Amino acid sequence: MAGSRSFLSKLGDGDEIARLVTFIFAGSVVLITLLLVFELWRESYLPRHKFGFGFFVTSVWDPIFDKFGALPFIYGTVVTAGVSLLIAVPLGIGAAIFLAELAPARVSDALQFFIDLLAAVPSVIYGLLGVFVVIPVMRQYIQPALKNSLGFLPFFQGPAYGVGFLTAGMVLAIMVIPYIISVSREVLISVPRDQREAALALGSTRWESTWKVVLPFARTGIMGSIFLALARALGETMAVTMVIGNTPTISASLFSPGYSIAAVIANEFTEATGDLYLQSLIELGLVLFLLTFLLNGMARLLIVITSQRGSGMGQA
Amino acid sequence: MSHRLRWRKFVSHFMLTMTGLCALVAVAVLFFILGYLVYHGGTSISWNFFTNLPAPVGETGGGMANAIVGSAKLLLLACLLGVPIGFFGAIYLAEFSSGTIAFVVRYAADLLNGVPSIVIGIFAYSLVVLPFKHFSTLAGGFALGLMMIPITLRSTEEFLRAVPRALREGAMALGASQWKTIASVVVPAAYRGILTAILLAFARVAGETAPLLFTAFGNRFWSPGWNQPTASLPVMIFTYAIAPYDDWHRQAWAAGLVLLGLILIINIIARVILSRGVAVPRT
Repeated sequence: MAGSRSFLSKLGDGDEIARLVTFIFAGSVVLITLLLVFELWRESYLPRHKFGFGFFVTSVWDPIFDKFGALPFIYGTVVTAGVSLLIAVPLGIGAAIFLAELAPARVSDALQFFIDLLAAVPSVIYGLLGVFVVIPVMRQYIQPALKNSLGFLPFFQGPAYGVGFLTAGMVLAIMVIPYIISVSREVLISVPRDQREAALALGSTRWESTWKVVLPFARTGIMGSIFLALARALGETMAVTMVIGNTPTISASLFSPGYSIAAVIANEFTEATGDLYLQSLIELGLVLFLLTFLLNGMARLLIVITSQRGSGMGQA
Repeated sequence: MSHRLRWRKFVSHFMLTMTGLCALVAVAVLFFILGYLVYHGGTSISWNFFTNLPAPVGETGGGMANAIVGSAKLLLLACLLGVPIGFFGAIYLAEFSSGTIAFVVRYAADLLNGVPSIVIGIFAYSLVVLPFKHFSTLAGGFALGLMMIPITLRSTEEFLRAVPRALREGAMALGASQWKTIASVVVPAAYRGILTAILLAFARVAGETAPLLFTAFGNRFWSPGWNQPTASLPVMIFTYAIAPYDDWHRQAWAAGLVLLGLILIINIIARVILSRGVAVPRT
């Protein structure tokens, strides 16, 4: 459009200045992100140098003798995120199927509005309810019930404290369900209509068309929503800190109190004395960053693949 | 109807009912949270909550006036950092960008958006707290502002892109320069969307606790200026909830109600703004 005009005239009417100014703002986003990675890397020099890979596989966390091993925190993070997905994935996908396949558009939109509000509830509020509602309920009802019915499994043994991996996993599940629902619903809606109609025309029931045709079609995108939820669950701090029990333990029992990467950073960062201690915590932050970075990248890729496939085949 | 068909129909109805139940559970959680907070917070909230400083440990009463002001100051700083970068960055992406640079900026923004909030806190700590050698409102506002950037940037860009090309071409055909077209045609046409984007980003960081723990820290008194540790509502909820005093628990509920109310109201306002009328003014 403006290509034929000379540089000077463009400078004169301000276009080049506007481009430059907005470019500086846009470029600063890249700079900030690079700086963040650089700072995490630089500030975790000491433990990387001193412990090397051993940081991830040893489980002694002793600030007094300057020994730092992150295994219990990594374990706690992975276990709580795993438990949360076990609960959130079936519930979230089920709800997404209802919203995308069954509910009339108006009902679906109204419910989606509430789901969006649920996603907006800050994590410290989930933590508050976790402390005063979920923990007592777990201690008095759910954990004894699990022990009585499934107590022969190693996961459900030991005293019922209320706090612990299972409680943290449940609170996390409630927090990530809205993300699974929102993304999965979008993906399911983007599945072309003729896929469903073909299945129904062949005599399948509504559920069979959903389960055998629509879901496989949307599989990649739903996987993306799960990865997204996993990334959120791994990085979640406040709610987990308030209900996990904050004890570095590795135990098969889900009733046992534990600790997570984000929780240990939140609790010990201000009290960390000595460079090695502080930098070990920062290295934990670096680990968390890399994990979520990988998961988010994969999630985005999967979601893009599905929505492109959906639109491409819809036109064919 | 054969036996098998009846079974298939039963499975279909059963599973579809189950999906409905799943949706019901998800929405019920929201109403449970709201109801519980209104019940417990509503009985604990009082005028003192908004006007008094926290009472000394062991005494009952007191309020969170300093935390409310602290949160307001933190969010003001966050907007001063997050809104200009997000807004002007989005204009660059939507109006001026050429392929590679735009890709890199978008990629960086998405990356920043996915960074766990506690890691943002570490970053703000090493960048602002360490050089100044103490916790401050400034550091907390910086951390929250960082979190606002990617949300504002990406949604504003979407809304700018949604403005029809014909509007831009019309303005340029009348002889307007590109920046004049943007300032007087494109941005006004997308203002509802942009406002929504900023409000949603604001609501998102208003409840953030983790990045404030070691940047703004906390304070039981007023925090004059910008260079002192300051109390904030989310951090107060955290410290009061895990403390062993009943009176503090009561206040945590009250603070939770105020915070959640604020966030949900902003969310609803943002969505109402977006849904009212069309994004592009009628000619």
